[in-house]
Amino acid sequence: MFEGAKRPTIKFSDEQAQLLDIAASFARDKFPLSAARARIAAEADLDKEIWSEMAALGWLGVAIPEDFGGSGLGLGEAVAIVEPLGRHVAGTPLVSTTLLAQALLKAGTEFQKRTYLPKLAEGGIGALALSEESGDWNLTNLAATATKTVDGVALSGVKTFVTDATSAELMLISVLWNGRPALAVLDRAAFGKGRMTRETVIDETRRSYRVTLDGMVVQDCYFLEAAQTAAAFKHLDEAACLLAAAEMCGGAAGVIATTVEYLKTRKQFGRLIGSYQALKHPMVDALMLLDAARSHLYFAAGVVGEGKEGEIAVRMAKAAAGEALAFAADRAIQFHGGFGFTYDCDAQLYRRLGLWGEARHGDAAWQRARLAELML
Amino acid sequence: MSLDPKELEDFRAEVRAWFEENRPADPGFLLPQSFMEVGTDEQFHFLRDWQRKVYEAGYLGMAWPKAYGGGGQPQALQDIVTREMMRAKVPFMVNTIGLNWAGPLILNMGSEEQKKAYIPGILSAEDIWCQGFSEPDHGSDLGSAQMKAVRDGTDFVLNGSKIWTSLGVHARYMILLARSNPHANNKYEGLSFYLIPMQIPGIEVRPIRKLTGEYGFNQTFFRDARVPESCLIGGEGNGWRVAMATLMFERGAAGGQAGGHAMMSTEVSEVVALARVAKRGGRPAIEDPLVRDQLVRFLIEERGLALNSARKRLAPLNAEYPLSIAMAGKLAVSEFQRRLCQFALSLEGGRAAYYVGDAHAIDRGLWQRAYFNAFSATIGGGTSEIQHNIIGERVLGLAKS
Repeated sequence: MFEGAKRPTIKFSDEQAQLLDIAASFARDKFPLSAARARIAAEADLDKEIWSEMAALGWLGVAIPEDFGGSGLGLGEAVAIVEPLGRHVAGTPLVSTTLLAQALLKAGTEFQKRTYLPKLAEGGIGALALSEESGDWNLTNLAATATKTVDGVALSGVKTFVTDATSAELMLISVLWNGRPALAVLDRAAFGKGRMTRETVIDETRRSYRVTLDGMVVQDCYFLEAAQTAAAFKHLDEAACLLAAAEMCGGAAGVIATTVEYLKTRKQFGRLIGSYQALKHPMVDALMLLDAARSHLYFAAGVVGEGKEGEIAVRMAKAAAGEALAFAADRAIQFHGGFGFTYDCDAQLYRRLGLWGEARHGDAAWQRARLAELML
Repeated sequence: MSLDPKELEDFRAEVRAWFEENRPADPGFLLPQSFMEVGTDEQFHFLRDWQRKVYEAGYLGMAWPKAYGGGGQPQALQDIVTREMMRAKVPFMVNTIGLNWAGPLILNMGSEEQKKAYIPGILSAEDIWCQGFSEPDHGSDLGSAQMKAVRDGTDFVLNGSKIWTSLGVHARYMILLARSNPHANNKYEGLSFYLIPMQIPGIEVRPIRKLTGEYGFNQTFFRDARVPESCLIGGEGNGWRVAMATLMFERGAAGGQAGGHAMMSTEVSEVVALARVAKRGGRPAIEDPLVRDQLVRFLIEERGLALNSARKRLAPLNAEYPLSIAMAGKLAVSEFQRRLCQFALSLEGGRAAYYVGDAHAIDRGLWQRAYFNAFSATIGGGTSEIQHNIIGERVLGLAKS
């Protein structure tokens, strides 16, 4: 199971406990499930007021060192914020902003870190332009390119699923440069709105864009340190798995609570439907999957970045959370009966959250294949 | 004794060395994997000697009071020993019911006389305990127990039968749930809980042959067996409350056990090892992508169970369903073990058709037997189906089925 006789311990700080508590009530107040459809239909890509409050709470810099304007905690603390937001299908740019900061911390030049990290901690939104039309989950299998010209570095290609691109202050893009995967952080001046087209995505709480790089010319200084780039890709992938697991664990907890509430109030054939074992037993299975997924999540939150063990932990966490949410939300639709088939039932919001989360950074089967390489 | 990390590490090293040095030699026969599987006298004596040796070395009941034969030391030390025992894969502590359920119960609710009379023998394995809960017609429905305990002056007269009494043929004592008042307001109030001697007139233990073809379980018949009222624990009519407390110990939801492991659980690493030697189409089975996927699923699940135990201790991470992990533990582990053994068997290919006793069976037929025996845990202590009901009702708050 684990090497040696020591049982695994979950590192869980007082800060995490506090954040979990505060984030839970914040998410409940600011992102009530009843308003999810209004949020989806809203014209603006982002509720700037709520975002400013999140910045004021210090959440955007939670994993940024104090030297760079953050609060000097870590990704483990970010997990405690992201999980409750997932429960309320909040779909904020918190995750992409946090991940962009992680890339900078891993491979940014001193200038990039000094310039951009405080900006992110203050509330500047970070967007990630990492995936492409192929849908490949390996972040370094790229078609977009960068080519040195007399004017600078010319970019070409298409990036997909760039969430909150129109609101972003900074965008992290991945391209092949001289055949090698490279990362660049562009500021708003360097990417124009004209290059973005809104995508219709399965999780409607996301504002997702397709970004065309063709014709974009940037300067060398936008690129992250080449020597650290491979490490940054790896870290981005692992951190993304961790935060996606947090979001999906939150989603699984939310959909279980929603469904249990329904099973406690809905009657059919003169009985509360929760009394039927055909519904009760799968709900218990869902709860047990959630329990295991949460245990994996908070263990992973404590060891992310710690070499092979860290990678194993985050991949297990993502696989477990993905399957927990998939099962819970799938059954939630079914157990709501006819209502479950309607747009008004919240079960679909969670199922969509799960499908989105599985499609980003590798589904459970993909994670298991990576784990097989690491463990067998 | 102080508990600074250095001393704990030193203690761990000492314990590890002791188990390495004192590990019992291979007895030459397939040992049972839990107290529910002790089918022969030679298995029983081997295991009883082993428990006594561990106790005499000071490694059992370390946190129980000295006055009753315990060590009077911090629980943390016993926990280290228990983990080292599992790690060393030495045989389990055979007096499982005494060490884990009856013992904590007696320490918790018993009279001074009961503690003095029973606790030392539990630790030394001198007195083996069995459990009289289930009845032939009321497998998982304990509240409906029909076994009669009729008061006659200062005695109770026992009539009826109990089933699945593991270790029944070896036991000196039994924890017994019986109906002392058939006219109580409800079925629960009519129950009383007893600590009874097994070697008295009117008690007969008949072995039951299991699906494995082996023995280990018994049916116990009571015909006018007479016990004094001093055998009561928790007071007359309080049997249901005492039984529930016992089940909390049994399911590991309440602490206070004497320590030592109760079961040789199967680990995924053993199945991985099997997958390396088993063949599929001329290649090691472990190269098959579907086998790999399934092995990783088990690795994730196994680690999830270990991490649940770790998370259980962190209150802020259990705020929504505080009882969930503790109450679902038995269900989660037993079903996991059953599926793991089933998968292991499938890895053997054609040789999965051998059985215990055939010289060509892989690992002496361990996996075949382990799969069959895994049902003892998915059925015993409340079937998985009943567990689902209990968790659904008590953790999720769903209406009764």
